[in-house]
Amino acid sequence: MSKGKQGLLFDEGGSSAVKPKAPARKKKAPQTKKSASTRTKAAPRSKKAPGPAPSAESMSKKQREISVSEFFAKNRHLLGFDNPAKALLTTIKELVDNSLDAADEARIPAEVDITIDQISEDRFRVTCTDNGPGIVPKNVPLVFGKLLYGSKFHRLKMSRGQQGIGVSAAGMYGLLTTGHAIRVISRTAKNKPANRFEIAIDTQKNHPAVKKQDEIEWDRPHGTSVEIELEASYRKGHHSVDNYIRQISLANPHATLRYRAPDRANDMDLTVYAGVTNELPPETAEIQPHPYGVELGVLMQMLRETKARTVQNFFHTEFSRVSNKVAGDIAKLARVPANRKPAKVDRKEAEALHKAIPQTKIMAPPTDCIAPIGEELLEKALTSIHPAEFITATTRRPVVYRGNPFLVETAIAYGGAELSADDAAIVYRYANRVPLQYQHGACAISKAVAATDWKKYGLQQPKGSVPVGPMVLMVHIASVWVPFTSESKEAIAHYPEIIKEIKLGLQDCGRKLGAHVRRKRRDADEEKKRSYITKYIPHVATALQEILELSDKDRERTVVTLTDVLERSRKM
Amino acid sequence: MAKAKKAAKKTSAKKSVRKIARKRAPQGEKRIHATDEETMDQIDSTAKRIYDTIHKSGRPDLKLPIRSLSNVSYDPKRGYLEIGNQNKVRTLSVNTVKNFAQTLRMMSLSKELISNNDFATKREAYYISKNWEEAKFDEQPESDTVMDDIEALFSVEAVNREQLRFYPEEHGGSVSGPLVVIDQDNTGRVARIDCSSFGSGAYSVPTSVEALQFETNADFILLIETGGMFQRLQSHRFWERMNCILVEMGGVPTRAVRRFVRRLADEERIPVYAFVDCDPYGIANIYRTIKVGSGSSAHINKFFCVPSARFLGVTPQDIIDYELPTHKLTDVDIKRAKDALKNDPFFKSHPAWKKAIEQLVKMGVRAEQQALAKWGLNYVIDEYLPQKLEHPDKFLP
Ligand SMILES: Nc1ncnc2c1ncn2[C@@H]1O[C@H](COP(=O)(O)OP(=O)(O)OP(=O)(O)O)[C@@H](O)[C@H]1O
Ligand SMILES: [Mg+2]
Repeated sequence: MSKGKQGLLFDEGGSSAVKPKAPARKKKAPQTKKSASTRTKAAPRSKKAPGPAPSAESMSKKQREISVSEFFAKNRHLLGFDNPAKALLTTIKELVDNSLDAADEARIPAEVDITIDQISEDRFRVTCTDNGPGIVPKNVPLVFGKLLYGSKFHRLKMSRGQQGIGVSAAGMYGLLTTGHAIRVISRTAKNKPANRFEIAIDTQKNHPAVKKQDEIEWDRPHGTSVEIELEASYRKGHHSVDNYIRQISLANPHATLRYRAPDRANDMDLTVYAGVTNELPPETAEIQPHPYGVELGVLMQMLRETKARTVQNFFHTEFSRVSNKVAGDIAKLARVPANRKPAKVDRKEAEALHKAIPQTKIMAPPTDCIAPIGEELLEKALTSIHPAEFITATTRRPVVYRGNPFLVETAIAYGGAELSADDAAIVYRYANRVPLQYQHGACAISKAVAATDWKKYGLQQPKGSVPVGPMVLMVHIASVWVPFTSESKEAIAHYPEIIKEIKLGLQDCGRKLGAHVRRKRRDADEEKKRSYITKYIPHVATALQEILELSDKDRERTVVTLTDVLERSRKM
Repeated sequence: MAKAKKAAKKTSAKKSVRKIARKRAPQGEKRIHATDEETMDQIDSTAKRIYDTIHKSGRPDLKLPIRSLSNVSYDPKRGYLEIGNQNKVRTLSVNTVKNFAQTLRMMSLSKELISNNDFATKREAYYISKNWEEAKFDEQPESDTVMDDIEALFSVEAVNREQLRFYPEEHGGSVSGPLVVIDQDNTGRVARIDCSSFGSGAYSVPTSVEALQFETNADFILLIETGGMFQRLQSHRFWERMNCILVEMGGVPTRAVRRFVRRLADEERIPVYAFVDCDPYGIANIYRTIKVGSGSSAHINKFFCVPSARFLGVTPQDIIDYELPTHKLTDVDIKRAKDALKNDPFFKSHPAWKKAIEQLVKMGVRAEQQALAKWGLNYVIDEYLPQKLEHPDKFLP
């Protein structure tokens, strides 16, 4: 429902750098005299171009449908394919997201193998193989060869993917840059054959073009393997694929990831992130929208389309957490007869109903639609990745933004040899267990981190930015519908409810961290004082020996007695 | 031998130095400083007390008088800023053990210097501490503070830093005029120094002045703030013309200069006049310190100030009377002036000073002593000083 806005895929200008193909868009660059004059001749700016003026008729000839895939072929940056390094990361992200989603939904402990092979300087082959439920053969072409095709868009359920673009966009990027079709092997059960596909995409029609399909022998009883060849570049560092996969394992402690980077010597040289738990994330239910935050337009559309016979029944059946009584209360408060036919509700009445919703006490959405990672597992996973001296995590209770339940989890790993005390904290952002790598400046998480007062917890913090200290900050937002700022799913929109929850979570972790930092300082102080005793007492005794001409024995006796006296006074 | 009355009248040059019999210190004055024996006794008994307390399983302490303007009182009859009886007791604890170690080691060093009849400059003492491993001082101000602490600790017994054998780095000021200083160096050789025979130079006050003896028939001592003004008066043999001793202070005078002038004034009974810039620093810092001492060294003021000194000028009224060129008072100046009016027991007990400082603040300007050059380079010699010296009774207290 509130997907409405999310569904409008194209109204958002890409904020990422665009490499426009069309020179018309380019800013006017300083021109040579010659070209300037020819230009003036050809098209005087303020005057009409020669020839007949375009008419509605002539223009109508140029007006035609733009296929979605065509659009994206031109605007690949909208999906996170703006440069070769990012393209590699995005491709892996889409593949792994899908594998984990599928396995989780089928209640299979996920095992995902990711390999990257370098074929030439700027060409790579990415393979992602999972032990998920597989895809029925007839759907495979559509899943991989058609944009805006998927199982997750038309529902409110927590999952990594939600738009139905991801993997087909990656496939299209590969096809556009290398000419190689996407290769898929999938098998749904042991007693079913495995099918192999090669799928290209007809960008004009946004339709899959199956180039090859056959049955093959496959050593896996079920699962899916996807292979994409693409133009890319492999880098190390913060935005690296290596780092990314490490971060995935952190938010998916139940999954096992095996990863082979392109620079590895042989096939057996894998980085393995074994799951730290055998328990699957709790199964999440699909839910109906919650009334809080439903937009008026959406409400009116729902009233028109509902099968319910009465307004009261409409609220009860179409929304989550609305009992018959609550539905009646809403109608009463809005002064709309509870038995009015939904289709008969006019604009004014709809407005009244819409206003009545926030004034009615309605239970928070069910929590079983969101599966938090959980404090214990977060701490465990964080420990396995960052062996820090202090680790804490907080899982907040689910709340609602615009009728969508969401919850926030925060965790901090502090101290230890790996982390530098002089650098800004490393912030890991997650949405539905998926790490967000780019656009941190535009993300609600970064904003909430900077808006939290870390000085209270004994950390340094330059005004309006991330705190400084040896630490990793992790923030996870889980929701049935994560409000991203764009289709590339890189940053979370700045909803006040979301920012508030993140801050509360960070504050909770911050308080625990603050206690630790203070304790540590106190201990260091203690230690320093203790060393003071051993350092300076001998000097007191030496000076007394010199002045009073004491024997060495007397001096030693003084050291012992004075040490004793001070130790005792310290304990008081 | 009171010569004060003569001072104002003297205008003609006089024979500069007349040898006269060495005078004794005025009777009845309390002992000025402890003997070496007494100083070592102080060190020993303090160490013994600490040692005994430790072995009775107690925590020893040191009682230090608080050294600041807030713990001084001023009685014009006594003539100096007197230390009050507020003490801070420093008990040996984990937090103070480093300071205790350093204080005791410094006392031990002092004892060693005395028994060897040697001394260490403050800087040398700082370097000696580098042998004390963890107890060494990182910066000299730290060792200076410990010295001051010991001095304050023993101040009741009249033990000064010099008796502890720690000497300051700075030189005393310059002196010239009808004065013979009888000095004795470490080898025991006696020297007679005629302060009128330094040509264009001057005699320089040594760091330790306690053993000096004087011969003079000067009528007064003129303390001069700046080297430039001293230079002018000295090279024009002003001291000869007025039969006076010129002392250059170079800002706030060192302990040695203050003690030198004090002894000279007391023992030879010569009046002392101060000639400084007319600004809050010249008045509230330089003059006040000469006259009654300072807050931070209140434990030694008794011996290190010149209560008989009077303020010749430049006064705020002089700025008007002599139409002197001025500068605006800075914020710091104004704060210093207000501070003097509000917190300084010396100024508070002299209405004449209160009036003068208030006048200065109201005028909002200051004038340097060298501003008199506006009327000619030697105006100060020919007009200003002689005119002022006609009426020493009108000098500010
Ligand atoms: N490895 C897989 N195993 C099983 N089903 C899969 C797998 N990969 C994709 N699918 C199915 O294909 C659909 C389309 O995937 P796609 O990545 O294009 O979109 P999405 O995951 O729904 O949303 P998003 O665009 O946000 O990634 C998914 O909704 C899912 O049903
Ligand atoms: Mg997907």
